[in-house]
Amino acid sequence: MSLDPQRRLRRKLLLAPTTLTLLLFMVLPMLLMAWMSVLAPDTYGGVRWHEWSVDAYVQFLYERDLDDSLTLNSDYLQIFGRSFLLAGFATVVTLLIGFPTALYIALKEEKTRQRLILLISIPFWTNLLVRTYAWMLLLRNGGLIDSSLTALGLSQGALDVLYTPTAVAIGFVYSFLPFMVLPIYTSLEKMDWRLVEAAFDLGANRWQALRRVILPLAMPGIVAGCLLVFIPAIGSYYIPELLGGGKSLMIGNLIQNQFGTARNWPFGAALSFMLLAMVLLAMWVYTRRFQRPPGE
Amino acid sequence: MQASNNLWRFRGVTPTAMLAFVYLYLPIVVLVVLSFNANRIATLWTGFSFDWYLKVMDNDNILRATKNSLIIACGATVLATSFATMAALAMAALAMAGKRFRGQAFINAMLGLPLLVPEIVTAVASLLFFLALGLDLGLMTVLIAHTVFCIPFAYLPIRARLEGLDPRLAEAAADLYAGPFATFRRVTLPLILPGVLSGAMLAFIVSLDDFVITFFVAGAGATTLPVYIFGLIRMGITPEVNAVSALMLLVSIAFVALSYWMGQRKS
Repeated sequence: MSLDPQRRLRRKLLLAPTTLTLLLFMVLPMLLMAWMSVLAPDTYGGVRWHEWSVDAYVQFLYERDLDDSLTLNSDYLQIFGRSFLLAGFATVVTLLIGFPTALYIALKEEKTRQRLILLISIPFWTNLLVRTYAWMLLLRNGGLIDSSLTALGLSQGALDVLYTPTAVAIGFVYSFLPFMVLPIYTSLEKMDWRLVEAAFDLGANRWQALRRVILPLAMPGIVAGCLLVFIPAIGSYYIPELLGGGKSLMIGNLIQNQFGTARNWPFGAALSFMLLAMVLLAMWVYTRRFQRPPGE
Repeated sequence: MQASNNLWRFRGVTPTAMLAFVYLYLPIVVLVVLSFNANRIATLWTGFSFDWYLKVMDNDNILRATKNSLIIACGATVLATSFATMAALAMAALAMAGKRFRGQAFINAMLGLPLLVPEIVTAVASLLFFLALGLDLGLMTVLIAHTVFCIPFAYLPIRARLEGLDPRLAEAAADLYAGPFATFRRVTLPLILPGVLSGAMLAFIVSLDDFVITFFVAGAGATTLPVYIFGLIRMGITPEVNAVSALMLLVSIAFVALSYWMGQRKS
């Protein structure tokens, strides 16, 4: 099929709305954000457009004393560290729960599989804010978990889980579990199960078949699942806010703060830009590490 | 089937899966049950009551926020779905012609951006952009931001549907002297309609549910339902929040079930 000029023009016109919208309202704002991160802040929010400054990045590591000397300040690094730790923990736990769940579904009959996948998808598409709120009801003192533990005599006094990093971790695992199950299931579903039968025929036991055949074949789904959990978790804003109760600040809360009470746009832009850079780096490392041809 | 064979039973898989399903649904069930609780103390069950739902229906702020949510979700769905349909048609035609043009990888990368970039980063970038342009934050800025992140959700199912389309059908229409528009309206559109509808529904849910981006780019007058709920939650746990949250869940679940049912029908 050759493309005459008229058809080519038509195709360009068809692509224009999407391309222009994304360029103007997604790519351009990102570039503007990067630019603003190297400008000087104005007093009440905003930036000084003609004043370059790397203060936002300096502020991330150092504290400027009254006499203008810099001392190392690890507060922000700790927040980044905590974000990595919590998001990483959530990724590992969702993988440990999500992989067996996906395997369980993949081994069912066609009709049951579709129903179970619908059951996994429903939370995926329902409002995350509301589901996070539901955990507040469950976890708070006097809530269902607390009162049932007390009734069973398993705990004395208040549970005190809500507003701790543990609550944030529980919320993360809960919120992002479907993001892990769905891609792993997709790769398991496409798998040629005769390969596993062949492994059994060749004398492999279940564990060997799982480790040597199923896991490597499911790897694209596992990697995709890990990214789909890690990325939203590390940039999460309201889960740490609501379940962590301001005590376990994460990157998202720190960023939001710069546009709220702190009124330091360049610092907020710089933090967002660093988060973006880390996410892109993590993606790059993951894909390079795991997308090797099978059999290495 | 595989499952009938003893070899295929991996130890621990069934209990883990059961645990996962309970884990996913326990909070939803608890929330819905507590929304019917007669008691003022939101977590202590005393009796069945519809009161909180009636209170929600009577609350002007909630109604206004719901109206905003619906206006924005409808607007963003229409814009994103029509843009995405056009783009998917063009991309499919290009793929079929076997021609790679320079922008193709770039457009694919751009379509992936709203899905990959953490929401808070998109939110900050959009906020700074709107403020730098001197735009007033309001329904307009929310609509623009929502259209952007809805485009990929609408695009993917349409593109998938087009992939399974027989190109000879459009060629046959052209042979029968149908113009490009008539071919689209009478042949291509009816064939890809399930994809377009499921894309539109995804866009609608995603827009209706969005909190983070809306929270940043909505001014005082453009509060949507999730933003309003967030404000309520921050003030404390109350039965009204339970009721309005349960309603929100119900709408999403209805939409997912509907899109599942439509998917079943086409196959």
